[in-house]
Amino acid sequence: MSNVIGTPLAKIDSWDKVIGAAKYADDMNLPRMLHARILRSTMPHARIKSIDTLDAEELPGVVAVITGRDVPIEYGILPSSQDEQALCVDKVRFVGDAVAAVAALDVETAERALQLIHVEYEPLTPVVTMNEALDETRDAIHSGEHADHHNIHKMVALEFGDLDAGFAEADYILEENYFYQGNTHLALENHSALASFSPDGHLTLWSSTQTPHYVHRALAKTLELPASRIRVVAAAIGGGFGGKTDPFSHEIVACKLTMLTGRPVKITLTRQEVFYCHRGRHPVLMWVKMGVRNDGEPTALHFRTMLDGGAYGSYGVASTYYTGALQTVTYKIPAYKFEGMRVFTNKPPCGPKRGHGTPQPRFALEIHLDKIARHLGLDPAEYRKQFIVDDKTKTVNHLTITTCGLRECIDRVVEASGYGSEKRETRNESQESKIENQKSKIKIGFGLACGSYLSGAGLPIYWNQMPHSGVIVKVDRGGGVAVFCGSTDIGQGSTSLLAYIAAEEFGIDVRDVRVITADTDLTPVDLGSYSSRVTVMTGNACIQAVRPLKQKILDAAAEKLLVPAESLSFRDGEIICEDDDARRLKWTDAVVLTEAKHGTLSGTGSYKPPKRAGPYKGSGVGVSPSYSYAACVAQVSVDIETGQVRVEKIWLAHDGGRALNPLLVEGQVEGSVYMGVGEALMEEMTYRGGLHKAPSLLDYKSLTMNDMPRVETFLVETNDPEGPFGAKEAGQGPLLPVPPAIANAIYDAIGVRIDETPITPDKILKALEEKEKGRTARFGPKNFPNAPYPEPLHVEPPEDAPRLERKKG
Amino acid sequence: MKQVLHLRVNGQAHELYVEPHKTLLEVLRDELDLTGTKHGCDLGECGACTVLVDGTPILACLALPIELQGREITTVEGLAHGAELHPLQRAFAELNAAQCGYCTAGMMLSAKALLDRETNPTREKIRDALAGNLCRCTGYEKILEAVEVAGREIKK
Amino acid sequence: MLHLPPFEYFAPCSIADAVNLFAQYGDDAIFVAGGTDLYPNMKRRQFTPKVLIGLNGIDGWRGISNGNGVTIRAGTTLNRLSDHPTIRQNYPALATAANLVSTPQLRAMGTLGGNLCLDTRCNYYNQEFSWRQALGFCMKKDGEICMVAPGSPRCWAVSSTDCAPVVIALDGRVRLVGPRGERVIAAGDLYRDDGIAYLGKTRDELLTEILLPPPDGTKSIYLKLRRRDSFDFPILGVAAALRFASNGEIENARIVLGGVGSRPLECVESARLLMGQKLSRELIDAAADAAWKPARPLDNTDSTHSYRKKMTRVYVARALEALSEK
Ligand SMILES: Cc1cc2nc3c(=O)[nH]c(=O)nc-3n(C[C@H](O)[C@H](O)[C@H](O)COP(=O)(O)OP(=O)(O)OC[C@H]3O[C@@H](n4cnc5c(N)ncnc54)[C@H](O)[C@@H]3O)c2cc1C
Ligand code: SF4
Ligand code: FES
Ligand code: FES
Repeated sequence: MSNVIGTPLAKIDSWDKVIGAAKYADDMNLPRMLHARILRSTMPHARIKSIDTLDAEELPGVVAVITGRDVPIEYGILPSSQDEQALCVDKVRFVGDAVAAVAALDVETAERALQLIHVEYEPLTPVVTMNEALDETRDAIHSGEHADHHNIHKMVALEFGDLDAGFAEADYILEENYFYQGNTHLALENHSALASFSPDGHLTLWSSTQTPHYVHRALAKTLELPASRIRVVAAAIGGGFGGKTDPFSHEIVACKLTMLTGRPVKITLTRQEVFYCHRGRHPVLMWVKMGVRNDGEPTALHFRTMLDGGAYGSYGVASTYYTGALQTVTYKIPAYKFEGMRVFTNKPPCGPKRGHGTPQPRFALEIHLDKIARHLGLDPAEYRKQFIVDDKTKTVNHLTITTCGLRECIDRVVEASGYGSEKRETRNESQESKIENQKSKIKIGFGLACGSYLSGAGLPIYWNQMPHSGVIVKVDRGGGVAVFCGSTDIGQGSTSLLAYIAAEEFGIDVRDVRVITADTDLTPVDLGSYSSRVTVMTGNACIQAVRPLKQKILDAAAEKLLVPAESLSFRDGEIICEDDDARRLKWTDAVVLTEAKHGTLSGTGSYKPPKRAGPYKGSGVGVSPSYSYAACVAQVSVDIETGQVRVEKIWLAHDGGRALNPLLVEGQVEGSVYMGVGEALMEEMTYRGGLHKAPSLLDYKSLTMNDMPRVETFLVETNDPEGPFGAKEAGQGPLLPVPPAIANAIYDAIGVRIDETPITPDKILKALEEKEKGRTARFGPKNFPNAPYPEPLHVEPPEDAPRLERKKG
Repeated sequence: MKQVLHLRVNGQAHELYVEPHKTLLEVLRDELDLTGTKHGCDLGECGACTVLVDGTPILACLALPIELQGREITTVEGLAHGAELHPLQRAFAELNAAQCGYCTAGMMLSAKALLDRETNPTREKIRDALAGNLCRCTGYEKILEAVEVAGREIKK
Repeated sequence: MLHLPPFEYFAPCSIADAVNLFAQYGDDAIFVAGGTDLYPNMKRRQFTPKVLIGLNGIDGWRGISNGNGVTIRAGTTLNRLSDHPTIRQNYPALATAANLVSTPQLRAMGTLGGNLCLDTRCNYYNQEFSWRQALGFCMKKDGEICMVAPGSPRCWAVSSTDCAPVVIALDGRVRLVGPRGERVIAAGDLYRDDGIAYLGKTRDELLTEILLPPPDGTKSIYLKLRRRDSFDFPILGVAAALRFASNGEIENARIVLGGVGSRPLECVESARLLMGQKLSRELIDAAADAAWKPARPLDNTDSTHSYRKKMTRVYVARALEALSEK
């Protein structure tokens, strides 16, 4: 073995990034390339009566103009939501929906041409809020086949165990409404796509996509080309966070235009257009009812969610289930009912953003627990620790817990922060008001929350029996190793992990491994960078690809060294006999011997998650090979006169299983904390009518370096049996506890509850005013709309799930 | 109408023929093929396009090349000395301060201007110097560390 | 990528040349200094001038000179201004304000002259062309009505410069040079209470200098309200300048608000209350109360207007408290 795994190494693609050589899609140019732009709807909801492109076509420099009729085939990421068109044909559904496209010799001409396209619309009543979506007198945004009912896209209701009995056993029941505002990925790189069609009928697309495989499928469908003649390559990607996981209109349009013109076509979106493409965090309204015994033990949990989905399905069906799936994987819950609903509105579609559908319910649940703990006079940390799920058990909704390091996570952050004890860190000097008079106006508080996330979805997006991840490893006779995998690196380091694993297994230097990724022609399918699936799935596939190769090499070496193969191991570029280290062979010599003996050296590996879905419809969402856990303590200071909140410090402990490269795991934790703080305090998608209020990097607020608190990270390394070398996920889970920890800290500081995000100064002042007036010291949604949730499907919990003990009557 | 333009970029003199309304960002990327300079907004709102003019960080998306004739422009491609990386580049790579890498060029150039003035800046100073560069990936923590490490390296 | 609209570019070497060029092209022309306000607006098509008159090549365009008080040339960049020892020493509020503008990169490009002439801002206006098209254009550009106050005959776009309130509070004057000659006016007179015609100068007049009187013991401070500690424009700015007599009585007081109206607002009533008095808790509260009343923020910037209005009182009080402790 060599010492790669567990070592803080540079990512293999960092070097290109620091010298400015990494090629992102917009950095690529091809000879004779045309530039395309998309005309977007100025109406939130309207029928298209006519589109006149004549003037645009006549503008010198314009090479092609297309409309919806040129690419009418419907697509969408989920097989059940094929409700998008690359360019709208009959109807536009939000301001920003794509209507027509122009390819021209240069971008400026293409832009000018857009102004010459005349679209006649027949306006329909816009549906902007969730309440409007429930109002059946308003126009339906989609035809019946795409919606469960009118503007209700999806409805689900599931009940596990005996809810009534659970509430009957409770000594204390708390009900409350919460709202988590929608927000967006805001990757620094705007989406870009470059397409090229060769005369022999081969289409190539380079794109900033996290999911080349799904784009590949969507292109085959919408362009009616055999998939075998389409090649999708993910360029270097300037941040994703889930924002580049759908097949996008501009990708299809670029392809169509190159097919029509025979010239390469590039489209790079503007920042405003990226806001329109969105697919970010759903705004979710939640109603939570939880019953506990006097010692805090949960007896029943009833969770109702309503998601504002925007104009299209996207991942929305999965998002809806996700708002209910993971409430059970942290604490033992013996009876659980979940009702979820997603509605269509005339706004950019929502989809998966870091934590996909789970930060919203986690926000509500962890605040709810804090309230219960305070009500019962329990320490919120100790309280939670009593009811944490056990390793190797199942939850009431049939999810399998392999390892759970949450208890240790809580201990680590509590100890470091002094949470709940007297030795709490004193006020951070730099934040202290310089003005004597104002000191008394600054209140300090600490809050704790936990979270959990999956290490990859247990089921693929479209139903099939094939692997979720494939890896090919090739060993060159010069000693170089090439790893081919369809995965996409969006900065998290997934490409590097493959190199680390190969290097570790072969006992060679990481620099002797090349990794070729995300190219549907060259690399075996990996489903893509979403749901934190990459480390676990590609890692396992890589190990599987490497191991038979290792055996061949060992056999050849054993023959040469005249020792049994079992006595040999790979170490520091050599194959060494553990019993007699004089018997050794250079790695490079060994591969030559092996190739002479076996022919070309390559191996393949595949990974498919264990089959664990429960016995009910909808059980596919939430299952995963393993779950990560995180605990967070936030320290805030609140200025009671201005309502301004400063997050002073975040302590975050994450159980991501074994850290294959601690630097990368820390990076994921810090990045998640950053995003969690931003969502808690300022990030928000707001609309005026159907029009986005702030589609720019100035008006959509994200934390600058000056707003970012200090972060102390602790890695709690469980050794998970499902992971490669014991690894679980780290890319999304650490975000989850951050917003509720901040909300709980604000309560600790000033005694008011802010039950919605973002927690802005004016909301704080309003809650303080309520408190002063002797009313409920709270800001948040007061009620939940009356909506037609269906009758729940009753599901028997598995054997080894938490059981409700009957203590009362 | 296109005009002749003389620009010095990364120590190299260029004679170009461009329209005056093309920003430095467009000229660097489209005319000089220096695509290491990125763009996230084109409006001065993100810092991804930061380059140095006579050692001072400015935004290429809001600068007219016509006004920068005779000045020394440095982009990320000009940070290294031949094959030898600038300490900032090494530190950013080794400490994982570049995740997706899209803010990296701008970050490093802002940091370079600071480290050229002082090699041992406080965290406060680093924050102030980099407050005009947004990053969505790192949470800034590793970037701060990398700048400190590079400063120490330069001092040696 | 967003693009600038095509234009012809001139780089005059003297103030006279700049003014003459403008006279020659008139409505087609626009002055540009750092461009950090103008270029984003041009990219969004708020302006499509045929001719750009770049000021940065003017001889003696930047610099700060001491004399009776201080003279700041309009082309002085904001970072030079905030780093300048005299400014930091004698006019700390101006150094603070300049240093709180946007980001380091923009402060290296943006000038004081440009900052004082900054276009007024509004959520309905500082948007890309296609966005404004979707909304239906407003009267500040291409349209008929005001989107914030639909019944209103005027535009309520917000004066968002950080430096203007300070320059006014410090009793500054500005020198204007135009085709009809030169004049020096009080900084306060540079502004009009109108979101469209927000400047009290004609388009062809060039702002060349900012003149500040000797500090004479005046203490000054600038406080800025914004969401993030970088990038963001003020949604409220409070500049306060007080001169105390040796017995602690206030001899001169000026409080000017930014970010809450179409021009910087002077709190005349607050100043009147302060004059001849010693600062006390009650007096501070009374002055803050008086400042709060004239502020009439509308819902066209970040945050809510009720919050901005509330904060006016708090920030004025805090500014005065800080000055009393200095
Ligand atoms: C992301 C971002 C954030 C910002 N944040 C802030 C902020 O927080 N606070 C703030 O105050 N500003 C802010 N700004 C605006 C701007 O950067 C500054 O106000 C800057 O000082 C403007 O100066 P300039 O030289 O770049 O102006 P320019 O863009 O060159 O000019 C602005 C206007 O003034 C006119 N003009 C310029 N100079 C003269 C002159 N000498 N005589 C007559 N007319 C003249 C121009 O014709 C133009 O109409 C921000 C800008 C951006 C892009
Ligand atoms: S205040 Fe009214 S008129 Fe003025 S820019 Fe805003 S919306 Fe337009
Ligand atoms: S591209 Fe964002 S600041 Fe220049
Ligand atoms: S590393 Fe991705 S934006 Fe900074």
